[in-house]
Amino acid sequence: MMISQFFVLSQRGDNIVFRDYRAEVPKGSTETFFRKVKFWKEDANAEAPPIFNVDGVNYFHVKVVGLYFVATTRVNVSPSLVLELLQRIARVIKDYLGVLNEDSFRKNFVLVYELLDEVIDFGYVQTTSTEVLKSYVFNEPIVIAPARLQPIDPAAIFTQGAKRMPGTAVTKSVVANDPSGRRREEIFVDIIEKISVTFSSSGYILTSEIDGTIQMKSYLSDYRSSSGSGVILDDCNFHESVRLDSFDSDRTLSLVPPDGEFPVMNYRMTQEFKPPFHVNTLIEEAGRLKAEVIIKIRAEFPSDIIANTITVQMPLPNFTSRASFGLEPGAAGQKSDFKETNKMLEWSLKKIVGGAEHTLRAKLTFSQEFHGNITKEAGPVSMTFTIPMYNVSKLQVKYLQIAKKSSSYNPYRWVRYVTQANSYVARI
Amino acid sequence: MAPPAASQRYPSPSQPSGKSEVTDLKSQLRQLAGSRAPGVDDSKRDLFKKVISYMTIGIDVSSVFGEMVMCSATSDIVLKKMCYLYVGNYAKGNPDLSLLTINFLQRDCKDQDPMIRGLALRSLCSLRVPNLVEYLVGPLGSGLKDNNSYVRTIAVTGVLKLYHISASTCIDADFPATLKSLMLHDSDAQVVANCLSALQEIWSLEASHSEEACREKESLLSKPVIYYFLNRIKEFNEWAQCLILELAVKYVPSDSNDIFDIMNLLEDRLQHANGAVVLATVKVFLQLTLSMTDVHQQVYERIKSPLLTLVSSGSPEQSYAILSHLHLLVVRAPFIFASDYKHFYCQYNEPAYVKKLKLEMLTAIANESNTYEIVTELCEYAANVDIAIARESVRAVGKIALQQYDVNAIVDRLLQFLEMEKDYVTAETLVLVKDLLRKYPQWSHDCISVVGGISSKNIQEPKAKSALIWMLGEYAQDMSDAPYILENLIENWEEEHSAEVRLHLLTAAMKCFFKRPPETQKALGIALAAGMADFHQDVHDRALFYYRVLQYDVHVAERVVSPPKQAVSVFADTQSSEIKDRIFDEFNSLSVVYQKPSYMFTDKEHRGPFEFSDEIGNIPITPEASGDIVPAQQFEANDKDLLLSTDEKDDNKGVSITGSAYTAPSHDNSNISSQMQELAISGPATSAATPQSSFDFDDIFGLGLSTAPAPTPSPPLLKLNPRAALDPGAFQQKWRQLPISLTQDCSVNPQGIAALTVPQSLIKHMQSHSIHCIASGGQSPNFKFFFFAQKESEPSSNYFTECVINSSSAKAQIKVKADEQSTSQAFATVFETALSEFGMP
Repeated sequence: MMISQFFVLSQRGDNIVFRDYRAEVPKGSTETFFRKVKFWKEDANAEAPPIFNVDGVNYFHVKVVGLYFVATTRVNVSPSLVLELLQRIARVIKDYLGVLNEDSFRKNFVLVYELLDEVIDFGYVQTTSTEVLKSYVFNEPIVIAPARLQPIDPAAIFTQGAKRMPGTAVTKSVVANDPSGRRREEIFVDIIEKISVTFSSSGYILTSEIDGTIQMKSYLSDYRSSSGSGVILDDCNFHESVRLDSFDSDRTLSLVPPDGEFPVMNYRMTQEFKPPFHVNTLIEEAGRLKAEVIIKIRAEFPSDIIANTITVQMPLPNFTSRASFGLEPGAAGQKSDFKETNKMLEWSLKKIVGGAEHTLRAKLTFSQEFHGNITKEAGPVSMTFTIPMYNVSKLQVKYLQIAKKSSSYNPYRWVRYVTQANSYVARI
Repeated sequence: MAPPAASQRYPSPSQPSGKSEVTDLKSQLRQLAGSRAPGVDDSKRDLFKKVISYMTIGIDVSSVFGEMVMCSATSDIVLKKMCYLYVGNYAKGNPDLSLLTINFLQRDCKDQDPMIRGLALRSLCSLRVPNLVEYLVGPLGSGLKDNNSYVRTIAVTGVLKLYHISASTCIDADFPATLKSLMLHDSDAQVVANCLSALQEIWSLEASHSEEACREKESLLSKPVIYYFLNRIKEFNEWAQCLILELAVKYVPSDSNDIFDIMNLLEDRLQHANGAVVLATVKVFLQLTLSMTDVHQQVYERIKSPLLTLVSSGSPEQSYAILSHLHLLVVRAPFIFASDYKHFYCQYNEPAYVKKLKLEMLTAIANESNTYEIVTELCEYAANVDIAIARESVRAVGKIALQQYDVNAIVDRLLQFLEMEKDYVTAETLVLVKDLLRKYPQWSHDCISVVGGISSKNIQEPKAKSALIWMLGEYAQDMSDAPYILENLIENWEEEHSAEVRLHLLTAAMKCFFKRPPETQKALGIALAAGMADFHQDVHDRALFYYRVLQYDVHVAERVVSPPKQAVSVFADTQSSEIKDRIFDEFNSLSVVYQKPSYMFTDKEHRGPFEFSDEIGNIPITPEASGDIVPAQQFEANDKDLLLSTDEKDDNKGVSITGSAYTAPSHDNSNISSQMQELAISGPATSAATPQSSFDFDDIFGLGLSTAPAPTPSPPLLKLNPRAALDPGAFQQKWRQLPISLTQDCSVNPQGIAALTVPQSLIKHMQSHSIHCIASGGQSPNFKFFFFAQKESEPSSNYFTECVINSSSAKAQIKVKADEQSTSQAFATVFETALSEFGMP
């Protein structure tokens, strides 16, 4: 149940934060950890698992925005508990600092220690609720410019695309005041769906799944709210603040949202849905040491929806030495590349409008002759993308009602949808 | 507490300047210390921040200790906090300095602001300076009574900290009793939760030498306490809920209503977004229903969906923790997950550690209905760019082939791998084809024709090469050019670096020779000569042996080297089912992730905060299986029988897979080890110093100079029944019911310890004294035995003994329970005498 140490390391292995709660793990644990993670097995590609044991010390880590959040213990604890805790600590710190990165950590380390002392005492978790912590934590964050932030969570995508969103909100600290000195009363509800689809070589859908989250981020000072939806879900789970009294009858969730960002509900659906992109790939020999690849993608969603930051990847045969690309005429915002080291074809598109179709042609040159089936040597094609204001499950937040304390109280409410590719793969 | 010691990355050049800056800071702090000017707190804050920032990056700022303390006489809580942080860091290294702080911390413990009271108390308890404990008792006592819950929460953990600095101070102040009453009456959930964790830790540590602590620890598991927690579980935060659920796992329900009550209370915990809460709940459900096969199966069905949702909703790391547990469940009850196989397909961007788990799960759940789809999917991965995963996938296909009845289609797929012409795929496949042929010789025809087409030049990996050579030898009569391929390989003997391959070459040449002597004779000659000249001992020995046995008689040689083989029915599992059961008992712990029971990776005191184990409670206990050693034992192969031998257990499993009757989460017959453990400790361990037994004399005179049992206690008055019988279930029941009537320590003579390398010998020895072994286990240096004996005249008067022997200290501890308590001393004497003679000629 208890952890011994908590620390945060940068990608280079520098200590950013370090707290020893029980003094039972020998010195040098940060170095031991970093060496192990960096050089996991002889195979450099293999990533270290999140949990491992060195000399009787168990090391747990999660990676958040390139930082290692690590806990150590000698006790045979629940692995889920520690990993969940690490993730939660990252979230609490982000709630306070607004932006999570090495820089914000270094500028605010006193505040971070203050938080850590309240989150864990003598190795036992006390609370990870941003709301509860507010009454124990007194340092004010030094907020760094959000321009330099890397996206930490799915909600951060809202800062990239849609102009409708107040982009600063997701990077706002729960305790910092606006420059104007007034707190803006607002609440964000994000419906984030990550989809996984695998197409067979004939274009048939082998597997498909939607993993959704209704995420809430509240900057309200006092309120209760409720929301409703109506779709068939395979399974779901809820944040502990959610009351489900009428969920079964009218699918209403009611809650008193605590401060900070948290998932109201996670859900999973395996029912069929229309995949947003159709991918068509062809690879053909064209002579003794040559082959041609054609990748065609078609956006299968309405034309008022625009997908952004699309990347398409395809591993090419091992003996490929060169690839020359032919983009369609007038292709703006597209880039194509051949990564020699891992023989990867990469194609990126800034945006795709619903209904549009795009094609990439590549001519490959091989360094040696091959035998057998060329399709067995290449692929599969994988895609990543983000589609704001679109959700494949059709799950909707029908209303977001905030119990008012006075008639003049009318906070800003934002309900946003987004679909992202989790694993979007077409075999060839 | 210490921020890291000087890190290499902040290079030494910064150190000198660091020093001068520290001096600077010191004088600045001194100036501010007495100042009451407005805005002074802000300047202090800046300075404090600097100090702490130096501390964090490893510069030694302990020299400003005095100034920091002086500056902290303020009501500014931010300053206070920074000072506490600083003090906590340096107090341990500088006990003299910390005396300075005691004063001001103690004063702060009486501050008006509960925040400051709490923080000061926390810092005070975190100083970890042993000679200051006397200053802790007072503030802790008032902290526990504070009207503010924040202060109480901190005070409770403070008690635990005090216990770790000085256990006796903590106990003498009667703090555990105070915590217990707080735990049962405080209105604040976090105070209650902290009491529970503190008490668990304190009592677990105390239990080794205090009967009272033992009792207290068990009282936490009484029905009222358990329900007190479970009924209000929603008042606790998610982390405290985990704590309570872990406690509930240890609770022994009184009847099935009890079980259902608890499950109803906890049902909605399965919908929690926190994976740790869900897994802890799952564990309660699984453990509660172990004895109810049908319900247990329903539990599997019920928990499936929530676990799958957690797998896909969290970060990859969280998924991994959940998947590890699903993996365990899938392997125990593949049947239940058979239709969910698609959930375990790998996604291209998943980390290798996740993919590996998924491949194992797919292998486990493959059955008649889904094998085609699974194998098709696995074949896709075999072409994967990630070579490690491609290899694993090929292996997975092979494993599925080995566990299926209808392997026809799979063999074809495997053979297709050979056509992919990727070295690593070919290598993996060859190894599998070899295993497949050992199990299904009927496929030799198809396989051989394909394998024959592979050029041995393209195979470099020793394992694959060995497999190919094995097939050449084994199927020499079917592969027309086998002798010539072998000859070719033998001619390159010098270039063959792997001893394993050379060993296989020798054997294959022999086998080939028996089948096709004229064609192989020459090659065999070369191989034997090369082998006998080989620098590798094993290769040399094998060649010499072959040579001599051939010299002796060729037919004998054939019978030795190439006897008719029986197909392998089941390949040995790498993990015994006993180990798997232990891992299952440790559900929701690291054991599941590492796929090892805790005793293999962690020392005793860290196995779990609330493990009911005594000194060696975690030693695996294997039931005594062989009837010839303990004729008294009877095995009944029914589900209730907890002491089935492992062999029998496997048979049962086989039946449950093929048969229609579902018993899959076959835990029913496997729980003996943990049961035994728990019952072994349910009685309080006596701390009474037993008089040193006279056998130390034997130690001194040692080595059996005389067997004269020195001043042995008077000859046994007790006659035992040499043919007493008791079934293990009855033993367990009795052991649970009876109190310990006697605990005794004794020594074991050196010969006995030496003989203990074969623990069976002790069992035989004791049996010759009419004391029968029921179960035994452990490994050097700790062994544990459960014995049973019966009075000759009265079959109703039985003695039950737990005997724990530590071979490194040559000490044994026995615990005796008896139907007739008055005679237990007499029995103990008999037992001790018998034990003392162990190993004597």
